Amino acid sequence: MSNDIVSVQGVSKRFGSVLAVDDVSFGIPRNEFFALLGPSGCGKTTLLRIIAGLEHPDDGAVIIDGEDMAGIPPNRRPVNMVFQSYAVFPHMTVAQNVAYGLRVTGTPRAEVSRRVDEALEIVQLAGLAGRKPHQLSGGQRQRVALARALVKRPKVLLLDEPLSALDAKLREQMRLELANLQQQVGITFIIVTHDQDEALSMADRIAVMNEGRVCQTATPDVLYESPASRFVAEFIGKVNLFESRVLGANGRTLAVEVGELGALEVPHEKAGPREGAAIALAVRPEKLTISTAPPDGDGRARLAVAARVINWAYYGDTSHMYVRTEKGLELNVNIQNTTRDTAESLNVGDAVWVSWAAADMIVLEE
Amino acid sequence: MTRKGAQVHAMARSFAGLARWRPGRSRRAPLGPLDYGRRLWLRIVVALTFILIYMPIVTLMVFSFNDSRRNIVWRGFTTKYYVKAWHNDGLFEAFTNSLTIAVVSTIVSTIIGAMVALLLWRFRFPGKAAYEGFMALPIVIPDICLGVAMLVFFARIGWPAHMPWPLNLSAITIAHIAFSFPFVSIVVRARLAGFNRELEEASRDLGASEWQTFRHVILPYMKPGLIAGALLAFTLSLDDFVVTFFTSGPNTVTFPVKVYSMVRFSVTPEVNAASTVLILITVLTTILAVRFQNPARN
Repeated sequence: MSNDIVSVQGVSKRFGSVLAVDDVSFGIPRNEFFALLGPSGCGKTTLLRIIAGLEHPDDGAVIIDGEDMAGIPPNRRPVNMVFQSYAVFPHMTVAQNVAYGLRVTGTPRAEVSRRVDEALEIVQLAGLAGRKPHQLSGGQRQRVALARALVKRPKVLLLDEPLSALDAKLREQMRLELANLQQQVGITFIIVTHDQDEALSMADRIAVMNEGRVCQTATPDVLYESPASRFVAEFIGKVNLFESRVLGANGRTLAVEVGELGALEVPHEKAGPREGAAIALAVRPEKLTISTAPPDGDGRARLAVAARVINWAYYGDTSHMYVRTEKGLELNVNIQNTTRDTAESLNVGDAVWVSWAAADMIVLEE
Repeated sequence: MTRKGAQVHAMARSFAGLARWRPGRSRRAPLGPLDYGRRLWLRIVVALTFILIYMPIVTLMVFSFNDSRRNIVWRGFTTKYYVKAWHNDGLFEAFTNSLTIAVVSTIVSTIIGAMVALLLWRFRFPGKAAYEGFMALPIVIPDICLGVAMLVFFARIGWPAHMPWPLNLSAITIAHIAFSFPFVSIVVRARLAGFNRELEEASRDLGASEWQTFRHVILPYMKPGLIAGALLAFTLSLDDFVVTFFTSGPNTVTFPVKVYSMVRFSVTPEVNAASTVLILITVLTTILAVRFQNPARN
């Protein structure tokens, strides 16, 4: 923990009767791209504002680079923030906006202009230094906000939903740019987002929050492939859930009874839940295979179920098929449109087989 | 591809033409739901409001050039009443008094009004709602009551009446400040209501102290509101009659009060001339203020 640049220890914040942040603790190592992910109202922005010093926690401590931030106002913290509205000063030019943070702290004029040029270079706005914010596009305004924060050379850069106001195409481009920028400047980034794609594609580690608490902190792949709870599984990506009952634990596997599928064995590393406990099994839609003929066993333990296509959504690169088994269970299957006629080969009402490896099933105890 | 594109465009154009074409009807397109400019009743309303507001003012200006003492019928063009008004010492003094009072009361009421607006916008304190109500009260209190109250108040505390110029205008100026700063505070507060609090937070986050944030971020944002509020205070002070009438002494006559006393004898073009000058001054001030507000547009 001592090596962490940011350490949040038991932080709580209450607004009236609402507990916005509930006893949250985590550490962020140097140069990490860390994401706070959660649905709106989960307390992630409040937590970010507590780190920035814009809100005071009711309880707990925020330690930045070994220094307790209690009582230190936002203007004297070694962090800078990119606001959701960008908060670019409308009456100042791009260069004046970027220079602002240096001017108010009395940086010598020559150094200000050198560092402003440098920062504008990094965010590729060098040619627009004399423009006013109203002459800029949303993406450019965001770059101004980024440059304005980076020019201060903070130890930690905080980003509050930085991409939510951009259109889809630009958002994807900025995701890459932000990730590259973080590598380039070597500053710890903490990003707040409700967009799972954003968090998964950019962050080194993600803390998933819900109702003021952190549900799970892990790398993107662990979060997606081994979610710790039903909430995390359902919030990140799509999932097919099976309510089931534990029959017994057997070393590294768990025998379970699923109403729609019968008894089966799934891998489970951790000390298993007790016999008879109600748990959920989950499997991601892209782990499912759809075929018109019954699948033949390929050596791995595979589960197969007969179903009928009831609906499908075409996304170009993928299609999301919705099928219903004979017992009424609805499943969501994602198929890659690997050939130009993949999408044409299936129609609503077709009888199909859906199969997947038992190893791809996730055990959710909560 | 380009040829195909051109064809599509040509087709689209002819379809659009077809859609507009109505056989056997007037060639004018039908009225759209927002085409108010083409509705007769709307034009009449616009014309009427214009006439109601500006006809009397235009008449006043035109008759300032009337070569007639009685100023009832037009008897020819002259500028002699402007010269006469300029040489009318009483009128000139009243004019200077009015401008002096207006300038001082505008500056002071803009500062107080802005401070009240900031206080109400920025802070929460016990009795805030009551304070807010009391700040708006001078707007609804009838001028006549305010005038009498001021008269009684200044008499009661024994405010010195005979002081050298411009101190002799202090009572009127204080009265003017009292009734104009609530207007300034309302205008400034309306402006502040649209302020993005993240701007303030961004400034703090970037290392600015509270004072620097106010000076470099909040104040520039307030500027249009301050200018609008100041203009309002200026005109309120310049044309106030009722409150001034009760607070002015024999040596402190303002322009509206002077005009009133002149009109009691007869309406000469002199009054028109002086009024025209006053209108020009206020219009020019407004234009300047608006220009100052949006330098980028020019």
